Amino acid sequence: MLRYIEKIGRATVGSIEELGYASSLLAESFYWIVFGARRGQAVSVSATFYQMLQVGIAAIPICAALSFAVGIMLAIQGINTLKAFGAESQVVVGIALSVTREFAPLIIGILIAGRSGSAIAARVGTMQVSQEIDALRVIGISPVRYLVVPALLAMIVMVPTLTFFADIVGMFGGAFFSVLELDISMQAYIDRTIKALVVDDVMQGLWKSVVFAVIIAIVGFVNGFSVSGGAEGVGKATTRSVVQAISLIIVADMVFTFYLNH
Amino acid sequence: MNKKIAEPVVEVQSLVAHYGSCEVLHGVDLSIQDGEIMVIMGGSGSGKSTVLRHMLGLNTPTSGVIKLLGQDITHISASKMDALRRNIGVSFQGGALFNSMTVGENIALPLREHTQLDEKTIRIMCRMKLELVNLAGFENLMPAQLSGGMVKRAALARAIIMDPKLLFFDEPSAGLDPVVSAELDELILRIRQAMKTTIVVVTHELDSTFRIADRITVLDQGNILMVGAIDEVRNSKNKRIKDLLERRAREIKIDAEEYLNRLTGETG
Ligand SMILES: Nc1ncnc2c1ncn2[C@@H]1O[C@H](COP(=O)(O)OP(=O)(O)OP(=O)(O)O)[C@@H](O)[C@H]1O
Ligand SMILES: [Mg+2]
Repeated sequence: MLRYIEKIGRATVGSIEELGYASSLLAESFYWIVFGARRGQAVSVSATFYQMLQVGIAAIPICAALSFAVGIMLAIQGINTLKAFGAESQVVVGIALSVTREFAPLIIGILIAGRSGSAIAARVGTMQVSQEIDALRVIGISPVRYLVVPALLAMIVMVPTLTFFADIVGMFGGAFFSVLELDISMQAYIDRTIKALVVDDVMQGLWKSVVFAVIIAIVGFVNGFSVSGGAEGVGKATTRSVVQAISLIIVADMVFTFYLNH
Repeated sequence: MNKKIAEPVVEVQSLVAHYGSCEVLHGVDLSIQDGEIMVIMGGSGSGKSTVLRHMLGLNTPTSGVIKLLGQDITHISASKMDALRRNIGVSFQGGALFNSMTVGENIALPLREHTQLDEKTIRIMCRMKLELVNLAGFENLMPAQLSGGMVKRAALARAIIMDPKLLFFDEPSAGLDPVVSAELDELILRIRQAMKTTIVVVTHELDSTFRIADRITVLDQGNILMVGAIDEVRNSKNKRIKDLLERRAREIKIDAEEYLNRLTGETG
């Protein structure tokens, strides 16, 4: 019993420590963004663009495929459910709102956490093990400025961009199925979608995705920097970063949704 | 030398260090003079790497003073530390070359980050250092394509690219065959001659130590056993040092009761 309590205590201290580390990492990143140039260590623009390519552009095909599939899924479910009320034509509104507010940010967040968050943890973890991080520090290059900031900025730009892209593709997926299933033309579907959506719906999803972007990047780096114990440690950190990032994204999403709809 | 006693380049005073709650350095004192090659020697787990990490400012000591080039790095502002680091080169045990960059880019990185030199000058300076470490023509290879000895030499080239006043070298011969490791020793001597650098080497290789050292610091279980010239260390009467030099297994005393407790998993 005592041992059990001790274990819980240690885990709690551990996660509070980790939270503290994550906050300091975020604070330090903002420090470098604002004061980097003044200290002669400006954030590298080319590294940031390179990260954007990796995080964003390279993920376009898979994002398109997933959000199209989600759109179709929503259309199938929506039409089936609404049929009971004879209101299947209302599916257009349902798809538009649920894609922009919920599904696009969530799907993209989870996808990027699995794809790029894990890559961050693996890359930084490997660098930690091979002493490349130490080498950066003794050369006088801040690892936060050199590694964290470009990836964080790239995430903050690319995750919302991909989310917006997923909004559009997802609604097309829904439209594609609805046009086949219901007696409605593509043009009419688009018109009704535009009428149903307000800017706020889209913005709500995009703001969420900014938060998800920060979560993915910071969780990846916290796990990467804390790697010890060789290749096995890198593997563990990678898995851990994906699980943590996805869990945090879902919790953050719930909190966000609660406050935004209150 | 015009001053009678030149200020030491590295000065460590009563350095105490912990990993968690375990004290691994129990008050280490060390003083390294300008232009000398100091070898820090000791068995596995004696705390060599820990001393090195503290001197590099990678770990923060529990207590004690660490002065590099006259500045106390335990109480120094971040920007002053950055400036100081430009005068210090480090070659890590595994090389620690950035795997995503070519050898040339690795060596050029400190110049690109810290100076405003144009690309052509940077390239010439890199070639000069590669020439010095006998790696001319390899600048476009990736670190993964190099042999162990080449990685060490490339790491050395990166460490000296800024012409540091102080060079740290962690385990130069670890994982290398005797011939390659002897070549590396010659290289260290050559660099000292060419650049008048103060060099601190951490190693447990005896041959290499006796080849390059001006003075030797012997570390044992977190304490300094002795500091002295090669002959002094060789002729030392200290039992632990003799064991180390003659590669004798140390006697490990086993407390029967404690051993039993350990086996049964009971503490205290
Ligand atoms: N990251 C760490 N966490 C906890 N203890 C550590 C850590 N690194 C080293 N130690 C402990 O500190 C002591 C000194 O280790 P250190 O690595 O400095 O020895 P060393 O002389 O470099 O040995 P080697 O020749 O094997 O590299 C050892 O008892 C080791 O177990
Ligand atoms: Mg060591």
